[in-house]
Amino acid sequence: MSTIVGISTAPGIGGIGIIRMSGENTFNILDKIFVPKNKQPIEDIKGYTIKYGHIIQNDEIIDEVLVSYFKAPKSYTTENMCEINSHGGNLIIKKILEICLKNGAEMAEPGEFTKRAFLNGRIDLAQAESVIDVINAKSEREVKSGIKQLEGFLSKEIKEIKQDILDVLVNIEVTIDYPEYDTPEVQEKEIKNMLEKIGKKLTKLEKSFDNGKIIKDGIKTAIIGKPNAGKSSLLNAILKEDRAIVTDIAGTTRDTIEEFVTINGITLKLIDTAGIRESKDCVEKIGIQKSIEEAKDADLIIAIFDSSKELDKEDLEILKLIKNKKSIILLNKSDLKNVLDENNEIFKNTSKNILKISALNKTGLEELYNKITEMFNLNEINLDNDVLITNIRHKNIIAKAIENVKLANKAILDSMPIDIIAIYIKQILDDLGEITGEVVTEDIINEIFSKFCLGK
Amino acid sequence: MSYYAGEYDVAVIGAGHAGCEAALAAARLGMKTVVFSISLEAVANMPCNPHIGGSSKGHLVREIDALGGEMAKNIDKTMIQIKMLNTSKGPAVYSLRAQADRKKYQMEMKHTLEKQENLDLKQAEIVDIKLENNKIKSIETDVGAIYNVKTLIVASGTYLKGKIFIGEYSKESGPDGVFPANKLSESLKRNGIKLVRFKTGTPARINRKSIDFSKMEIQKGENNIIPFSFEDKMKNFDQVDCYLTYTTAETHKIIKENLHRSPLYAGVIEGTGPRYCPSIEDKVVRFADKERHQVFVEPIGLDTDEMYIQGMSSSLPEDVQIAMYRTLPGLEHCEFTRPAYAIEYDCIDPADLKLSLEYKTIDGLFFAGQTNGTSGYEEAACQGLIAGINATQKIKGKEPLILDRTEAYIGVLIDDIVTKGTNEPYRMMTSRAEYRLLLRQDNADLRLTEKGHEIGLISDERYEKFLQKKKKIEEEKARLEKTIVKPTEEVNKFLREVGTSELTTGSKLAELLKRTEITYASLEAIDKDRPKLPEQVREEVEIQVKYDGYIKLQEAQVEKFKKMEKKLIPEDIDYDDVKGICLEARQKLKKHMPHSIGQASRISGVSPADISVLLVYLQARKK
Repeated sequence: MSTIVGISTAPGIGGIGIIRMSGENTFNILDKIFVPKNKQPIEDIKGYTIKYGHIIQNDEIIDEVLVSYFKAPKSYTTENMCEINSHGGNLIIKKILEICLKNGAEMAEPGEFTKRAFLNGRIDLAQAESVIDVINAKSEREVKSGIKQLEGFLSKEIKEIKQDILDVLVNIEVTIDYPEYDTPEVQEKEIKNMLEKIGKKLTKLEKSFDNGKIIKDGIKTAIIGKPNAGKSSLLNAILKEDRAIVTDIAGTTRDTIEEFVTINGITLKLIDTAGIRESKDCVEKIGIQKSIEEAKDADLIIAIFDSSKELDKEDLEILKLIKNKKSIILLNKSDLKNVLDENNEIFKNTSKNILKISALNKTGLEELYNKITEMFNLNEINLDNDVLITNIRHKNIIAKAIENVKLANKAILDSMPIDIIAIYIKQILDDLGEITGEVVTEDIINEIFSKFCLGK
Repeated sequence: MSYYAGEYDVAVIGAGHAGCEAALAAARLGMKTVVFSISLEAVANMPCNPHIGGSSKGHLVREIDALGGEMAKNIDKTMIQIKMLNTSKGPAVYSLRAQADRKKYQMEMKHTLEKQENLDLKQAEIVDIKLENNKIKSIETDVGAIYNVKTLIVASGTYLKGKIFIGEYSKESGPDGVFPANKLSESLKRNGIKLVRFKTGTPARINRKSIDFSKMEIQKGENNIIPFSFEDKMKNFDQVDCYLTYTTAETHKIIKENLHRSPLYAGVIEGTGPRYCPSIEDKVVRFADKERHQVFVEPIGLDTDEMYIQGMSSSLPEDVQIAMYRTLPGLEHCEFTRPAYAIEYDCIDPADLKLSLEYKTIDGLFFAGQTNGTSGYEEAACQGLIAGINATQKIKGKEPLILDRTEAYIGVLIDDIVTKGTNEPYRMMTSRAEYRLLLRQDNADLRLTEKGHEIGLISDERYEKFLQKKKKIEEEKARLEKTIVKPTEEVNKFLREVGTSELTTGSKLAELLKRTEITYASLEAIDKDRPKLPEQVREEVEIQVKYDGYIKLQEAQVEKFKKMEKKLIPEDIDYDDVKGICLEARQKLKKHMPHSIGQASRISGVSPADISVLLVYLQARKK
């Protein structure tokens, strides 16, 4: 495989920057561009050591650096690797990268180091997926959950569920494979209890995906309202707040503005939409339609109303739009004379959360954040104890397993014989094995022999 | 002094359950065949339990029959009790088990071999095999007769360097007091074949007149005789009874006090024993909190009073054995006819075989049965059949018969031992089959008769009958699908009586049959004009209709499985060239040389990540 190089630290101004290289020619390239202080020949340098020296180009010192050596197969990718710790800023790091490229390295694609680690058998699929999650993490919570998957928390959770199933399944299998022995027949109730237990655990895992996704992608929050209700002022107020960390990520579409902001450790993906109103203008109509779709797709809608004016037909349309969605009604312009308040019958009938705010004076924002945190139960997610799934592949497998739990229950309800019920129970094990990558049949047989006393 | 004694297409070493099937298959396929047994009194012997079949093993016997093997027919001729096990647990796991008249079973099989055209049965110990350019060339008997052979099937059972243990006493012996084969092991090793040491054991036999059956539970056979062979029609006969008793606290005490005298616990036996047939001392030690263990007392023939004591296998000294057997209710005054013993023997590592059962590195040399590290008569017989077929196919220059995991328990068994190897004697179990709803004992003929016919072991006449049966099944299923019953009072009365909900609109007969409360037989009450059909057809129709949805689900899984099986790995692959496979997986892949991605994925130590890498590599190689 070719030798790849990439910048490992996030772009921006930081204390140091790291450039990583992996592949057969890593040390050849390094030899051409790096001179260690003690002039030690490169072939004498051992793995897992750090050398101080200079990056040079045409005999000119570019930067003083520390280089860590990792010799194959004892590295992240299992190939020869090095990490160049540069003290320079953006410009210097890019310069070093360029020098590596000039000397024969190829630019790494996103995630390619991890891909190599996976292809080289260094990490398993679940781990690889978690690493990618960690790399792409946008908030602290996400990093935490990614690292937990990496550490195998998900595997551990799945293993526990598998053991619950095995405990019952082997009892069934042993009565089938050793019919003449006095092992007690498995009672229907025992199977049902087990299915209920694992069903709950699996459903909890499946649900955690939504939270996992929110932690990973942010809460997709659409701000909707009539023109001039204060959508942009609210957006600006949130973005300009000192403690908000604003990330510039270009929106997937130019019609709406997307901004990422992290508050209380939660990432909001804020979408400012075109004002919703009746319009004859063709272009504006398209924009409004777009807003409506964004709203439908959002995890959370913040519907903003001008509290200094009476509700009109368009406001009622907006209320319709949020009817079945997680949403907050914001009464803006609390600094002006109010004609609308939370006691308004129409608002009350929506049973939505209603908050007063002044986007202009930045009052009421704290309450808004607290409400969002509360609504998504994010404070209740205990990252130290709960496993979150953030990977769609895992989610789909767990959904499949839940489907098989239902089918097993249906087979019981239909008074099907035990070996048919067992087929579904075994299928659940097979499904879960797809996450952890283990063979199921051997598990069952090993359990049978360890638990039961059989033989001639 | 040696002499040239002739030549054969196929030679078989050993005339146990594997050897008999191998020899018969080859001879019936037109090969000039010879089969050697160290003693002709030991042909098709059952040195351990006197029964054929049981959970998953009954499936194997039916599969052997569907492919044109002999075991089913032979047990049908010689059974003295028959049972259908697991009838309450679902159609996939129904299993036939028959008590055999052991001597009669042997005599019938021996006579079948003797009568078979193209087949010579000879008493001799094979002491040497000779290769030429890594191809089998000749074999030599103990008295110096040299036979040139095109293919050789080794089915040596537990005879290779057999050694039995009874407490402190041990001697070189095959099973049941027959001579061991002491020289063949060395010859195999000389030819580069790796051998390992396994052990198994058998309980004592006891004289019937010394047993008090009034203290035991009677175990009776079925009311109706169900034959193993799809071809056999059998009349009812008087079946013998079996009995059940239990070990006691006193039994366990005697065992614990004398453990130091067991060669196993004293470390004298080096072979690996099976987990599923542990000796009674194993059971008492490993399951110390279990108060009693079941012990079955089974007759071993009609003209003998010897009884087999299932559950009491042991390698303790004879005096301890007698003392502990006498603590069982009904056995207080028992007299041994033969003591229990443990036996240790050489066998090969089945991972050194191809799926055809041919040795990977020696052309024309096949292995079958217990010598491949399996256990059980049925497991042995089905391998013998496959080896006999494939030795013939090889001579004829045809593709070997390889059954996959979706087609037969035989396929599961061979794929398991060849792909994973085994570190203890391997026993068939229904839990090992992923698609067991498809691999039923009732449909073994539907699965395999076609193949048996194609190979040439199923006659045109039997095949024609089979096609008729298949046609009848399809026609009856179609009839049930299209016949609609109206919600008349007569129909609803029937439904009330069997305890299921009444109809309000018309319903297909097939839909009614899917209800748990309704059987194909009971449905006749509202289906009076149905055709008269043979029992096998009725049974098959009932199962196929009743479990239709579940069967379809497994068929869908099979599709998925076959995709990976069809991704073949070229035989010239160099795993050193595949970058990125972890070291353990690389070693395993090099050793096993799997023929498909599917098979590779079942090798322990080969992870999903390794399989991904392999897939990427194969894709890249194609380009």
